[in-house]
Amino acid sequence: MYPQTYKYTNDHEWIDLATGRMGVTDYAQKQLGDIVFLELPEVGKTVKKGEQMGSVESVKAVSEIFAPVSGTIAEVNAGLAEKPESINLDAHGSWMVAITPADPAEAQELLDAAQYAELTK
Amino acid sequence: MLEAIGVPSIDALFEPVPAAVRLQRELDLPPALSEPDLTAHLGALAGQNADPSTHAVFLGAGAYRHFAPSFIDQLLLRSEFYTAYTPYQPEIAQGTLQAIFEFQTLVSELMGTDLANASMYDGSTAMTEAAMMACRLTKRDRIVVARSVHPHYREVLDTYAKNLGLSIVEVGYLPDGTLDVGALADAAKGAAGVVFQYPNFFGVIEDPRKAVEVARAAGALSVAVVAEPVAMGLLAPPGSLGVDIVAAELQAFGVPLGYGGPYCGVIAASEKCMRQMPGRFVGMATDTEGRTGFVLTLATREQHIRREKATSNICTNSGLMALAATMFMAAYGKEGLPELARLNFDKAHYAEAAIRKAGAKAGVTLRFVAPFFNEFVIGGLGDGAAVQKRLLGSGIIAGLPLERYYPELRDSLLVCVTELNRAEEIDRLAEALAG
Amino acid sequence: MTTPDHRDQLIFELSTPGRKGYSLPAHDVPPAPLEGGVPDGLLRSGLAGFPEMTEVGLVRHFTRLSTWNYGVDTGMYPLGSCTMKYNPKVNEAAARMRGFAEVHPLAPDEAAQGALAIMHALAGMLGEITGLPTVSLQPAAGAHGELTGMMMIRKRLITRDGHPRKLVLIPDSAHGTNPSSAHLCGYQVREIKSCARGNLSVSVLAEAMTPEVAGLMLTNPNTLGMFEDEICDAARIVHEKGGLVYCDGANMNALIGKARPGDFGVDIMHLNLHKTFSTPHGGGGPGSGPVVATREFEPFLPTPVVVATRDGLRLDYDRPLSIGRVKAFHGNFGMILRAYAYIRALGPKGIRESAENAVLNANYVRARLRDAYEVPYDRVNMHEVIFSDHKQNEYGVTTLDIAKRLIDLGFHPPTIYFPLIVHGALMVEPTESEGLDELDRFVEAMLQIAEEARTNPDLLKKAPVTTRRSRFDEATAARKPILKWTRPVG
Repeated sequence: MYPQTYKYTNDHEWIDLATGRMGVTDYAQKQLGDIVFLELPEVGKTVKKGEQMGSVESVKAVSEIFAPVSGTIAEVNAGLAEKPESINLDAHGSWMVAITPADPAEAQELLDAAQYAELTK
Repeated sequence: MLEAIGVPSIDALFEPVPAAVRLQRELDLPPALSEPDLTAHLGALAGQNADPSTHAVFLGAGAYRHFAPSFIDQLLLRSEFYTAYTPYQPEIAQGTLQAIFEFQTLVSELMGTDLANASMYDGSTAMTEAAMMACRLTKRDRIVVARSVHPHYREVLDTYAKNLGLSIVEVGYLPDGTLDVGALADAAKGAAGVVFQYPNFFGVIEDPRKAVEVARAAGALSVAVVAEPVAMGLLAPPGSLGVDIVAAELQAFGVPLGYGGPYCGVIAASEKCMRQMPGRFVGMATDTEGRTGFVLTLATREQHIRREKATSNICTNSGLMALAATMFMAAYGKEGLPELARLNFDKAHYAEAAIRKAGAKAGVTLRFVAPFFNEFVIGGLGDGAAVQKRLLGSGIIAGLPLERYYPELRDSLLVCVTELNRAEEIDRLAEALAG
Repeated sequence: MTTPDHRDQLIFELSTPGRKGYSLPAHDVPPAPLEGGVPDGLLRSGLAGFPEMTEVGLVRHFTRLSTWNYGVDTGMYPLGSCTMKYNPKVNEAAARMRGFAEVHPLAPDEAAQGALAIMHALAGMLGEITGLPTVSLQPAAGAHGELTGMMMIRKRLITRDGHPRKLVLIPDSAHGTNPSSAHLCGYQVREIKSCARGNLSVSVLAEAMTPEVAGLMLTNPNTLGMFEDEICDAARIVHEKGGLVYCDGANMNALIGKARPGDFGVDIMHLNLHKTFSTPHGGGGPGSGPVVATREFEPFLPTPVVVATRDGLRLDYDRPLSIGRVKAFHGNFGMILRAYAYIRALGPKGIRESAENAVLNANYVRARLRDAYEVPYDRVNMHEVIFSDHKQNEYGVTTLDIAKRLIDLGFHPPTIYFPLIVHGALMVEPTESEGLDELDRFVEAMLQIAEEARTNPDLLKKAPVTTRRSRFDEATAARKPILKWTRPVG
């Protein structure tokens, strides 16, 4: 269910440490319902772990996107912002931004797939 | 009913209210009135107010008397409109929703903007919300506002700004009553928004292009206030002149003067403002059978979802007044609104000339020699308030004394002439002012 | 020929060149030259998007739209917290009297004595009803009143202590406007958790109430329809630490004539004239949200204030400690007038009975429906009662389905999914306007739906089926918003 190669946060986000790409989990997508809008940070912005860097909106709810690790925004998935409903179809394949991590040690604090699955039980 | 609930008395239902604070007496209010007695009582109070049947009225200043076709009020009394709530259940509120969609479309066309919201409380709060939106969009916290903007609107902006920590810089007007573009440009550096009124509070027709240029050079957004929308029948719409945000009061469009409210504010703006707009939007949608209809949309900006992070705390709008404005715009339509505007323009110019001619000897002047729409400031009156008082005795409310808002204009009155002021009335005003 | 398509058209599609639905007064002055009269480049070239309609065309169009709506005059409108009570017709007639409808807001005070008399009298009556005698009628709606009240708290604290403090405490059951208004007023919001009974917890409050806290913002009766029975202790805790108590008066209709917020420790509150005092909701506005407060707040009232002098009533603008103006002119006078008429028509006894009947009706609905629907807080409630969809979830039926099915059975749905602390909330507020026969019809409809949820859940999923439109795809509407009509190309 949750890809083994990803790491996860308590805020229901995933990050692929190999590429720095991140998104929200399938669990988060189900909680939100039909996603209609994404507000994403700009390329070059530096973010601190846990800091709000954007938001994801469904018809009647807003959820904040937090930085899973500290670093710099390297890439923004503009295509996803155009078609936010893709997240509902494939949350783990819908990356929002890529972050170049500033402190590799932070990755230790993230959850693995099994731990995250436990969290959402 | 008490038996079904399982309590002995109605008072038992109020037991959660601590006994010490339960009211042990009847409220000290006047006794109940029957409908005929109430109507007579209210009629007597209404008789103590001056209205156009008792006085010739030349007041404008943000509240205008125009002719609304009779059908508008009759349809406002359709109780399916006025006794409904906010259209949160679209299946049984398509009437309200489609009317608002038509309103948004008409206002966008009128103002030359990409979009308009579903209405706001009034013009003053619309302007204030527009200024706050400019701050959010530019991530700056200073607003530059022309002193020729309605003084009440500026006071409301000040009240909000003090609490939010925004700074407000006011910029004066030139001797002809128009924007002081030089001072505006100096003040605009680093500002979020540049706010001006079109036509301005003195009735003078500002050139929005000047404010747009100043704002663009400073990286700020331009905000045009339109308090007399009938002028839009004659003047180029602000959106087409590059204005980013229009904050308007649409009372002039079929909403009674009613001693100051309820009126109908609205914000119209360019597409880039959409996600930061305060207030409601109605959008087109399809139902499960593929039929077109309308729903409230983009609700995630609003307080009931985003709570303290919402774009505004507003919950109520001016739905019924927006409906009146929609019917007014549709009734005058493509040909009628320009004709109405032209008649206002002609009457005001006739009045200005008549007043100047009759008052020349007494030193009555046009205070601001610049193009104007249906309002103008006359000076040389000594004490404007005293003149207003003198004319009140002869059944004329001559205009608004300006000293309270502009101490330098103590000798002036702001005079408004609409299509409903007859030539004979205007002549009477001119004569009375002269002597 | 009439086709279904024709009946669905927007006004822009009905437009026909050359049609005219207006007439202008005589052009009894000479035309003024446009050249020089309008600055270069500012003459409008046209209003291409405006329609051209005959009067009868306009009347039919808007009449048709009205028939697609549901109002209080159509039937019971049990929308919790919104208080959809009957709007007396005499009030509409009064608001249309020439001496009210056509009075200019900047008329000199001596020419508006009747209007000022109504404002002055209503302020006095609202002061008596709430026990809070300092009144401003200026705010345009409830949330606007909240903002005004919070600004007055801020100003009073600054005047008293030299600073406004930082935080405002708000229960988790609050309406979204509360945190939003406090935030607009420069305060940070700290949410406090309700206790298991759905009330404010005095111990949680005591812990949260630090010297940094400007005050508590609460609704009483709260959004669960419960009276905050420890309000006196709560107010004492807040006051002891130098804080102030703000009450959201959205539910004051449960208390009028029975208890006064000024007597249970509230310092300042707003009232919704469009709820408690019967002014119509107008399809989402206008409202009117007067603020009432203790005497200590008098210097901070928004300007202007109506005052009685030897020369009659006048508007006082000279108030150096005022928070300033919150709206142009003097408030929504048309709503003020209707509320005045309502109170004068009912008198003290009628006002009290309106609260009693509102509370009786809500408790009756709870008693009749408590077996069929879960009642998360099942005890005597005030003017509204909260149910949940817990029992119906078992059959895959949710609150939304129940609400939509009620439409098919001829009722406006209750408020749904609010307050947020009740999962799948259905908030029913019958108001005092409904008689027993109408309440019974509503109860029967709700019981039928509970039965259908068990036996035929699909019926509920498809509802409503009796309306012109079925459920909408709101997600697509929000993804690519279409906010105005554009003429199809070609």
